[in-house]
Amino acid sequence: MSANNEPNIVAFLCNWCSYAGADLAGTSRVQYPSNINVIRVMCTGRINPLFVVNALQQGADGVLVSGCHPGDCHYMEGNYFARRRLGMLKDLLEYVGVDPRRFHMSWVSASEGHKWKEVVEKTVEDAREARSYEGFRRRQIDW
Amino acid sequence: MTDKPKIGVYICHCGINIASTVDVETVEEYALKLPNVEVARTYSYMCSDPGQALIKEDIKEQGLNRIVVASCSPRMHETTFRKAIQETGLNPYFLEMANIREQCSWVHEETEEATAKAKKLITASVAKVRLLEALESKEVDAEPAALVIGAGIAGIQAALDIADAGFKTYLVEKTPSVGGRMAQLDKTFPTLDCSACILTPKMVDCASHPNIELLSYSEVEEINGFIGNFDIKVRKKARYVDFDKCTGCGDCAKECRVADRFPSEFDQGMGNRSAIYLPFPQAVPAKYTIDPENCLYLKRGKCGKDPKCQEVCGAGAIDFDQQDEFVEFKVGAIIVATGFDPFNPSRKPEYGYDDYPNVITGMEMERLVSASGPTGGKVLINNGEEEIEPKEVAFIKCVGSRDESVGNEYCSRVCCMYTAKQAHLIREKLPDANIRIYYMDVRAFGKGYEEFYDRVRRENVRYIRGNPSEIFKRGNKLIVKAENTLTSTPVEDEVDLVVLGVGLEPRAEMREIMDLLRLSQSGDRFFLEAHPKLRPVDTATEGVYLAGCCQGPKDIPDTVAQAKGAASSAMIPLARGKVTIDAQVAEVNEATCRGCGFCVEICPYTAIEMVTVNRFGHEIEVARVNEALCKGCGSCSAACLSDSVQPKSFRDRQILPQIAALGVIK
Repeated sequence: MSANNEPNIVAFLCNWCSYAGADLAGTSRVQYPSNINVIRVMCTGRINPLFVVNALQQGADGVLVSGCHPGDCHYMEGNYFARRRLGMLKDLLEYVGVDPRRFHMSWVSASEGHKWKEVVEKTVEDAREARSYEGFRRRQIDW
Repeated sequence: MTDKPKIGVYICHCGINIASTVDVETVEEYALKLPNVEVARTYSYMCSDPGQALIKEDIKEQGLNRIVVASCSPRMHETTFRKAIQETGLNPYFLEMANIREQCSWVHEETEEATAKAKKLITASVAKVRLLEALESKEVDAEPAALVIGAGIAGIQAALDIADAGFKTYLVEKTPSVGGRMAQLDKTFPTLDCSACILTPKMVDCASHPNIELLSYSEVEEINGFIGNFDIKVRKKARYVDFDKCTGCGDCAKECRVADRFPSEFDQGMGNRSAIYLPFPQAVPAKYTIDPENCLYLKRGKCGKDPKCQEVCGAGAIDFDQQDEFVEFKVGAIIVATGFDPFNPSRKPEYGYDDYPNVITGMEMERLVSASGPTGGKVLINNGEEEIEPKEVAFIKCVGSRDESVGNEYCSRVCCMYTAKQAHLIREKLPDANIRIYYMDVRAFGKGYEEFYDRVRRENVRYIRGNPSEIFKRGNKLIVKAENTLTSTPVEDEVDLVVLGVGLEPRAEMREIMDLLRLSQSGDRFFLEAHPKLRPVDTATEGVYLAGCCQGPKDIPDTVAQAKGAASSAMIPLARGKVTIDAQVAEVNEATCRGCGFCVEICPYTAIEMVTVNRFGHEIEVARVNEALCKGCGSCSAACLSDSVQPKSFRDRQILPQIAALGVIK
């Protein structure tokens, strides 16, 4: 947790639904917490579970993965893969002592700008309330 | 790619869209301190010509080899900046965008917060851009043919335009005839053209056009491939009538043992048809179809001694052994024109649609006033006791539109005008009737619409502002209970006929098309276009275009205009004969691939195959990506145990620095 106590969230969004949904939130001037930092990938299926672990290692206080609604994946089944892989990761994180409130998955479509706001608010709120964890050593970045 | 990265960061003000919230000068200073950043600039509109020129000059003069543009969403202008960079000779894929408008300045009010976030997003982009690689996009041939799904006026018009341009067009219609909803209409507003008169010639054209292959009573089963190269499989449902032999004489329908027993879909259930039927007299193709759910022979295996239709058919066209057939073909582009469903007013029980036979929908009214309709165009209505000519007629608008209680917040755009048109038609047929229209607002927005609305009002049609709360029966009359909100007086009007101005809803079965084509829905549940203003006929799936009411409620002029737009968009790949394949596809590092084949199994496009290679004298199997089939989703990559398969531009080594950059900076 950072000094100013504001959680820092890394979010992975699929290009077609959730990233477009977040864009729509912008176009509609929906206001939401600035703690969220988005990394665009083409599909949630691209998200290696280790990305999430890596984000927590690098000092993120919470991670959000958001994609197309099940059944709506632009690549047919990528979000199903993501749901399985990351669902398992969530259990694993909890098992190793990471508060499950630090990791969220959501389905936000390209037309759900308002839902995106709600998801962000919930993610930030949960990360704020989550138990502190020391399980991961923060790595020094070397880029 | 051994050059040391020299990065230019370009921060857009976007007028005041970004600059009023993000302190762009501070961000510029910050960006200059980031590793490998040689140049950082701000400009009022980076996407404008001078803005692009700024980037191009720096590339030439300062020798920049990586560009970060911090502006709007990459979904907006990524291609713009790629092109600009390409013009200088730099590889267009050496670009990364930081979305500091849609996902920063527009969603965070506080300057401090927004500025801090802009810095972060730019840092992440700088971290990634250093590691991007040069990519080449490739071209493949496009099949010079198109598929149009749905043969209402939108589909017919789109198919005709494409076919006229000289391309083979497959027009697939689910029902036995083309024509769609427009064929059911009597007159069209505001000109009062007879709908059939203007539509029928087009229906005939599309069936006889040498470039159009009409597949009626057919459904698309499978769609595979990508723009320029879609593989289509269509199921031609069994008509149980030999298409080539049937002459359309209609003897079979007259003699059918269950003649005129079943509600006619075309007449909205107000008239009847036989088990073997032509949906309507002008149907195209004029070939009869047996409805397997109602045909005695098909249902029970027995119809008298012998099926009557078979007996009377002089052409010997009846064929009860017919099976569904499948046809397969290839097209370069697809137009979706699947239309709409009228709102079912049973969901507004207060209007008594299910309870009273003299409460009808606008679509039913169309059939009632139509000369080819069940009453031959006479306005006759059963009031529950007897068939009468109504003296008091009430129209209710916005039934199922602009109504959150049924989940439809949108305006259906046609009800105001079709209600006015129907009021006019009733006035023509029943000069002495009292006609009232209950409304919330009158939206007469199109060419000639306001004039038509004025004309109808002058024809002694009363407009009462206020949506009725209830309709109930008293004696042999219906009572419409409402409040006239202009005079704040409650009204209870006795009427003989209520016409519900039902709105337009997305097709109940649109899910099937969505699954076939990977389309999305907008908030109103209609198909989502690629951009609401600038790409209104495109979809997120390249090579797939939208026409007509499947994209949102529309009147006929707008539908035709959109169909023509979709046709011209679809013709671009067909006319070019080539399509560019995305360069951001996956690649296998054959040196580290362990040949497990997980990626092969996981790829939704069967774009990965196992090949045998020689590694240090050993024949081993490794995965290889077919770039023409790969869409670059990256699902393979997350499954790979040795990180050997990686989508270009979204490699692990390109994403991890982004994570690091975002994680560490607070």
